[in-house]
Amino acid sequence: MKIFNKVILLSFFLSLFSVVYSASSVEKKSDDYLPALNDITDSKSLQRGARNFFNYCAACHSLKYVRYNQMAKDIGISEEQLNSYLIFTGAAPQDVISMNMLAEDGDRWFGKAPPDLSMITRVNSNTYVFNFLRSFYPDKNSPTGANNKVKDATSMPNVLWVLQDEMDKKEFDSFVLDIVNFLDYAGEPIKAKRKSLGIWVISFLFIFLILSFALYKDIWKEVK
Amino acid sequence: MSSDNKQEVYFSNPILKWVDERFPLSKVLREHATEYYASKNFNIWYIFGVLSTVVLVLMLITGLFLTMNYKPSAAEAFNSVEYIMRSVEYGWLMRYMHSTGASFFFIVLYLHMFRGMLYGSYKNPRELIWLLGMMLYFCLMAEAFLGYILPWGNMSYWAAQVIVNLFGTIPFIGDTLVEWIRGDYYISDITLNRFFALHVIAMPLAILGLVFAHIVALHHIGSNNPDGIEIKDNKDAQGKPIDGVAFHPFHTSKDLVWIIIFLILYFGAVFFAPEMGGLFLEVDNFEPANPLKTPEHIVPSWYFTPYYAILRSIPDPLLGFIALVSAVVCFVFLPWLDKCKVKSIRYRGWQYKVALAIFVISFVSLGYLGMQPSSGIYLILARVFTVLYFSFFLLMPFYTRLEKTKPVPDRVVYKK
Amino acid sequence: MSKVGRRKFLSIATSVTGAVGGIFALTPFVLSFQPSKRAKALGAAIKINIEKIEPGSIVKVIWKGMPVWILHRSEKMLDKIDSSIDELRDPNSELSVQPNFAKNTFRSIKPEYLVVEGVCTHLGCAPIEKFAIAPADMGPDWEGGFFCPCHGSKFDLSGRVFSGVPAPSNLRIPPHHYENETTLIIGENQEEENV
Repeated sequence: MKIFNKVILLSFFLSLFSVVYSASSVEKKSDDYLPALNDITDSKSLQRGARNFFNYCAACHSLKYVRYNQMAKDIGISEEQLNSYLIFTGAAPQDVISMNMLAEDGDRWFGKAPPDLSMITRVNSNTYVFNFLRSFYPDKNSPTGANNKVKDATSMPNVLWVLQDEMDKKEFDSFVLDIVNFLDYAGEPIKAKRKSLGIWVISFLFIFLILSFALYKDIWKEVK
Repeated sequence: MSSDNKQEVYFSNPILKWVDERFPLSKVLREHATEYYASKNFNIWYIFGVLSTVVLVLMLITGLFLTMNYKPSAAEAFNSVEYIMRSVEYGWLMRYMHSTGASFFFIVLYLHMFRGMLYGSYKNPRELIWLLGMMLYFCLMAEAFLGYILPWGNMSYWAAQVIVNLFGTIPFIGDTLVEWIRGDYYISDITLNRFFALHVIAMPLAILGLVFAHIVALHHIGSNNPDGIEIKDNKDAQGKPIDGVAFHPFHTSKDLVWIIIFLILYFGAVFFAPEMGGLFLEVDNFEPANPLKTPEHIVPSWYFTPYYAILRSIPDPLLGFIALVSAVVCFVFLPWLDKCKVKSIRYRGWQYKVALAIFVISFVSLGYLGMQPSSGIYLILARVFTVLYFSFFLLMPFYTRLEKTKPVPDRVVYKK
Repeated sequence: MSKVGRRKFLSIATSVTGAVGGIFALTPFVLSFQPSKRAKALGAAIKINIEKIEPGSIVKVIWKGMPVWILHRSEKMLDKIDSSIDELRDPNSELSVQPNFAKNTFRSIKPEYLVVEGVCTHLGCAPIEKFAIAPADMGPDWEGGFFCPCHGSKFDLSGRVFSGVPAPSNLRIPPHHYENETTLIIGENQEEENV
């Protein structure tokens, strides 16, 4: 009953698809919630993001799974540029991006120690991190003087407040998007390479498929 | 060196001839490949057994290489996975192949089991093949559960916590049993290390042994086919089944095509969507295990969610656990619950077709519901589908007896 | 194409493609055995400040998991450097491993500083320093050097191996250079850029 089979398979894959689709839907957390449309193949954006990160974030946040020299290679800067512009801690290029705040101190000073950000976009999604960084607002009642529309009563101070004031909305959003792009890279450095490798693998398999199909047809010709 | 002079010489190569005199090499190749006859009208449903072995091999190889760099301790496990992803050359590829392979294993396996339900492959004389297959299903579920704790992510920790605690619902022995499984008073480094040993050695060995037995049992009887007739009933003058073709080169060449199509889908996932929207790699598992922070929704991997939905649909913990186990075990009894003498759905009555359709809808819906919070409309629907799920099995002796079957042909239906 | 010819062609073409695919598939697994990025980072060059090393004393560091010795040779040691040259197996370092600039009497860039791997070229034990002249255990002709306790190999104050001992060649000199007068970099020669 070929139609029956087709119906079964179709409903199976349709339900599969809808499950996957709903699993990846974005939950809106605040007004002005924009999707993070970053491009991990844009190395200029990654370089800006790295610059932004090391100037504004690295004082409190480590990226303990990322190595300086590998990051430099991946975003397309030389080791001189790495040493001059991005390493402020005296670390060697082959070291990982660590930070010297002790967790107990962080808990005491901020209420919650600033977390390591190596995996932040894999856990919370690019869009969440993007909107979090954009959604700080002044709040007299907060110990840091600021609060956040995406995460209420966040322990993080509004580190980018000067830029938020000085830049216009588009500029600021672009600044933050570069950071998110960089964090997206930090979460999975191999992402761009795996996609390009994947194209080769699938192409090869298609060629193999055509040959093996021809062989199969030839062998089965004699079957009545 | 007594050789049957009816058979032609199998090997021309002198080395192979030497081996063949000391090891049943040509005998095995003859009996299980070049002279093993299976029906010529296999359709797509018949590829999933082969694909299961392909996935098994992929899992064994990638698992081996992961074990070379993974550290099975609570302190180092999470870091070692990121080490594999970032620092080991092509470590990321092995990790993604392994995690994608786990999900594809269950996709393939569920479709493989479904074939059995379509064409009556579990019926006499193939009940033992089905039982061995069910044991494989249980082993695979155990293997997947054990493997899931190893990255020591937050979901790993809490999923282990929930599932191990289920055993605590058993009266009298529950708490002792849970402590014995854990090896500690909580899910700890000790639990992780022993789950690692079970996952890498015990379960793979059990699975390999069962796969061997499963295939031996199958070849002993001969494969079924979409028409559910026994091709050995119709042999030609040489004793070969008229409707059969030799496994090699006919089925090997056909299977190769399907294997490549499968690999395209599999590597498509590996290279382009390894997380599959959180279904293959849950987002919560990208942060380390935290006994103080439970994830908002504790969800098992998608291949367990139908049973998870059944578990949660029953308010009592022990009864829910019994329902979960029963739901899995139900499949075992199919050969004896199904009273219809006709094997293939092509010739069965409408009762079975409707029942099977309802079962598939229930299974998939329960799978979806197992991922949702267990409240409101989700809970009501989960209960409805749980009832339908069990009814498929419990009422089967009755509705299958009522079936008005169509006449089963003598020869298989084969259209080129 | 004949039936048999077509079959043969397709079989061979499919098999070859499959084999090629197999080799491509095997490659990442084989490559995964290479040192990981962390291993390479841990094996990176190290910086040593040599200011405080007294003449006649030796400092031992670890590079790529191996002991590397920095010996500040005293005036007396430098004068006597070739005193045992007739007893050496490889006085001109023809058979031994060292950077080009170390293929000389002192086997170094600066004669005062010997930078050498403390790994006996026989089977890998760590030799012991024997800088005293003619001690009882080394005999009256001993002018200072290194002695390997495992199988008795002897090396002079440039790490050059004596004849008649099991070790086949001189102690290896690692790649190294001086960033300035007081800073020694072990792991890279002068011309190399950072890898």
